[in-house]
Amino acid sequence: MTQLPPMLTPILWQMVQIMLALATAPLVTGYVRWLKARLNGRRGPSPLQPYRDLYRLTQKEAVVAHSASWVFHAAPYVVFASAWLAACLIPTFTTNIFLAPAADMIALVALLALGRFWLALAGMDVGTAFGGIGASREMLIASLAEPAMLMVTFSLSLVSGTTQPAQIAAYVLGGHIGLEVSVGLALAAMVMVAIAENGRIPIDNPATHLELTMVHEAMVLEYSGRHLAMIEAASMVKLTLYMALIACLFAPWGMAQPGAGPEGVLIGMAAFLLKLGTLSTALALFETAIAKMRVFRYADFLGGALLLGLLATIFLYVSEAV
Amino acid sequence: MLIAVALLALPLLSVLAIAAGRRDAVHGLVYAGAFLCSVALIAAGLEHLGGRLGGAPTLVLPFGLPWLHAHFRVDNLSALFLLIINVPAAAASAFAVGYSAHLPERRRVTPFYPLFLFGMNSVLVADDAFVFLVAWEFMSLASWLMVMADHRKAENRRAGLVYLTMAVFGTFCLLPAFGLLAGGDGDYTFASMRLHSLGPVAGSLVVLLALLGAGSKAGLVPLHAWLPLAHPAAPSHVSALMSGVMTKVALYGLIRILMDLHGHVGWQWGAAMMVVGGVSAVMGILYALMQDDLKTLLAYSTVENVGIVVIGLGLAIAFKDDGEKNLAALALVAGLYHAANHAVIKSLLFLGAGSVLTATGTRSLNGLGGLLKRMPWTGATFLVGAAAISALPPLNGFVSEWLILQSLFKGPVVPHWAMKFGVPVVGALLALAAALAATCFVRAFGIAFLGRPRTEAAAEAIDTTFGMRWSLAVLAALCVVLGAIPVTVTDALSAVVQPLIGTSFAVSSDLGWPFLSPVSNTRGSYSGTVLVMIGLALFGIAIALVHRIGNARVRAADAWDCGTPGDDPATQYTGQSFAQPLRRSIAATVFQARETVTMPQPGEDAPARHKLTMTDPIWNGLYLRIARLVDLVAEQVNRMQYLTVRHYLLMMFCTLVFLLLVVAVRQRQ
Repeated sequence: MTQLPPMLTPILWQMVQIMLALATAPLVTGYVRWLKARLNGRRGPSPLQPYRDLYRLTQKEAVVAHSASWVFHAAPYVVFASAWLAACLIPTFTTNIFLAPAADMIALVALLALGRFWLALAGMDVGTAFGGIGASREMLIASLAEPAMLMVTFSLSLVSGTTQPAQIAAYVLGGHIGLEVSVGLALAAMVMVAIAENGRIPIDNPATHLELTMVHEAMVLEYSGRHLAMIEAASMVKLTLYMALIACLFAPWGMAQPGAGPEGVLIGMAAFLLKLGTLSTALALFETAIAKMRVFRYADFLGGALLLGLLATIFLYVSEAV
Repeated sequence: MLIAVALLALPLLSVLAIAAGRRDAVHGLVYAGAFLCSVALIAAGLEHLGGRLGGAPTLVLPFGLPWLHAHFRVDNLSALFLLIINVPAAAASAFAVGYSAHLPERRRVTPFYPLFLFGMNSVLVADDAFVFLVAWEFMSLASWLMVMADHRKAENRRAGLVYLTMAVFGTFCLLPAFGLLAGGDGDYTFASMRLHSLGPVAGSLVVLLALLGAGSKAGLVPLHAWLPLAHPAAPSHVSALMSGVMTKVALYGLIRILMDLHGHVGWQWGAAMMVVGGVSAVMGILYALMQDDLKTLLAYSTVENVGIVVIGLGLAIAFKDDGEKNLAALALVAGLYHAANHAVIKSLLFLGAGSVLTATGTRSLNGLGGLLKRMPWTGATFLVGAAAISALPPLNGFVSEWLILQSLFKGPVVPHWAMKFGVPVVGALLALAAALAATCFVRAFGIAFLGRPRTEAAAEAIDTTFGMRWSLAVLAALCVVLGAIPVTVTDALSAVVQPLIGTSFAVSSDLGWPFLSPVSNTRGSYSGTVLVMIGLALFGIAIALVHRIGNARVRAADAWDCGTPGDDPATQYTGQSFAQPLRRSIAATVFQARETVTMPQPGEDAPARHKLTMTDPIWNGLYLRIARLVDLVAEQVNRMQYLTVRHYLLMMFCTLVFLLLVVAVRQRQ
């Protein structure tokens, strides 16, 4: 194989990642649904079903309420593009990607907040009670989950000296981190945030259509056709993105470093798919085993995540001092 | 020269407005004149920042105190704040040309508006304490007069009273602060204050007094109580300046005293400022979330943002004391960047609120709804402002909060345990405030501009006129530009920070132009420019792809709403219902929010009632107690008014003896 000029390698891997982020996302969601169905004793739809669903939705005409403004029309694309962009920024199979320096963890959190901001506005745009319920609850969750994630970033930046996901991965790969209490706490906080942000059980049930318990589904209730397809795709990308982020920060093993050849990248890709599989299985098992909690208990759950993040930073000094 | 001309023109405009205020055309003329003055001051500020690094020579004019002539000087810090103040001021003046025609009380506003601008700009160019304080009072009183413009409303009179009290308190604190800075020989020029070194007690006292004096003007918790009363009471273009700009003058005063005149502020004060800033940020935005009045909400959000700037300042002081000059420069750049951003964003939002108020006649969120369709310009620009203040990329608010977080994450390098443990807590507060701000502005924009109109007035609202639209659009464009090219901004700010910290520091040194990489290229970097380009590309691809492979038709229909659409717009979520989850989880403890539902008995035809009560912990716990104490003392003192002549003579005699004793003792020493 001819060697690429070193300037172009990150751009090539970036292109691959842009495609990969989009291609794997429906599969992850489909696999989690299939496994949950199996665990519940049902046969369940094939893991490839989300691809078919998305295609079917794009083929339908979009029905838009009379009272909707341009925000309603623009939101699905903004939500999708922000999730997609965020997914491009997280190293998955190699740390050597072109866009890695364009955003760090803080920017990533904010980029996801951008999507949520638009989704909440879209929920309120038509002027129905359900849209308002969903937007209000989603923003409550975000108000607590976002700071928790920033605290995770803070503690990781204290350990590794950087807020850049690629650099954190490189640091972990360098073997500088042993088993540390604060990293464990940060991981726990991160997982709780990921569950909340993706609307999984126990915070929200992605399969529910029982009105009073919906969060995410209530916001997107008025959407149909290609708009709904965009929003569904965005939430699939977001789920995969959080898995990729957890894998990148806490388990970057196998990831190709700058300078690695094509075989290194292939190993990286295999490792990434394996990690996605493991995390999806864990998610399905967890969701099957646990019940959804009441809306007003969210604050306890996420406040716990925030405190864990804070403890993670403080434990660093305690362990330093001891 | 340009500055002098512009500054002198402002009081003349005021005179014109008083002399010819009866004619409607004069109001427009005065605001147009104020606009030109602001443009001139912007030009002067830009010229100064772009040109020399050092300061201009001091200009001494023969007025002021007899032994102290008036000193004026523009250095980089003043030049930056000239920009921060006059860019929103120019927009507000341009807005007011059209807006003042809608104001019934305009004859009580127009004369004081140029004086207000005059006061704020004079604070920036003052180079001695006397000019500074006189200009400061000009600013306070001119804005007070405009708060009281609509004095028939009882709430405005109350706002005026609280504002005046707090303004007096602020100056009362600044006066001795300057006195201590000048020392015993009474040379009140800033140049001699810089040379005068302070003892530890006097030094701490100066910091405390400056924090109380400038902090009360800036709206730091717990000195913020006047701000959410006074800012909304004034007409909207004045609210924009009070909230967006006057708080920045206060921050300028704080920076001038703590980082320039005061030789050395200890890290403990930096840490204290970070805590005050963090608490202000969270409390400010929590208050804002509970408001129904759009302008009060915006005013409380100012408290939040001032808190964020003060976190940056405190961090800069702590780093500077510890000798970490690069990090100090970074923190100060972040703080100044946020101050500039907030000036632009908050002016934009207040002017937008002004258009809404003119169009619908109400500031209450629950009387609005669906305005985006009726008022596309105001709506779109308000949306940009809301996204920017919620710190969403790629707008300007995000860049400055990113820089503050980046410098905060380096906070634990200061080798004190209080900092190591305190910084993560402040970080959590800041992150919480930023996330709550997004909730607050989703609520504000969603309730006011989206959904269906809740009242007749909202359903028939008409967008603003041509000139007003353009001032909104320019401010919104600035939000985008300041966010998309952060590196250019931080490079300009480095020149401002250099004389204060003593090191020149380029925030973007490592990765080159479009990337901000404040500490090093592996530490953390951000590029608004790249994100915007790639994001727009992905956005375009998504739209093109879906429209190509999919069905591009749109059908308009009734809202579905799970099959139960209600025609009544009252079935929508309101501001109160949107805030309910947060009210139950956080505000239940902070504000003691209690909800009681009274259901009628079966067979009764009374309506069910939902009652919400909240208490303001700071107002009740601090202000009312102080007020009660003052009342108590006043009552005791009051008795002295009813003494006999003998008693009065006795008191005079005692006083005389006491003073003579004092003189005798002092002479003995």
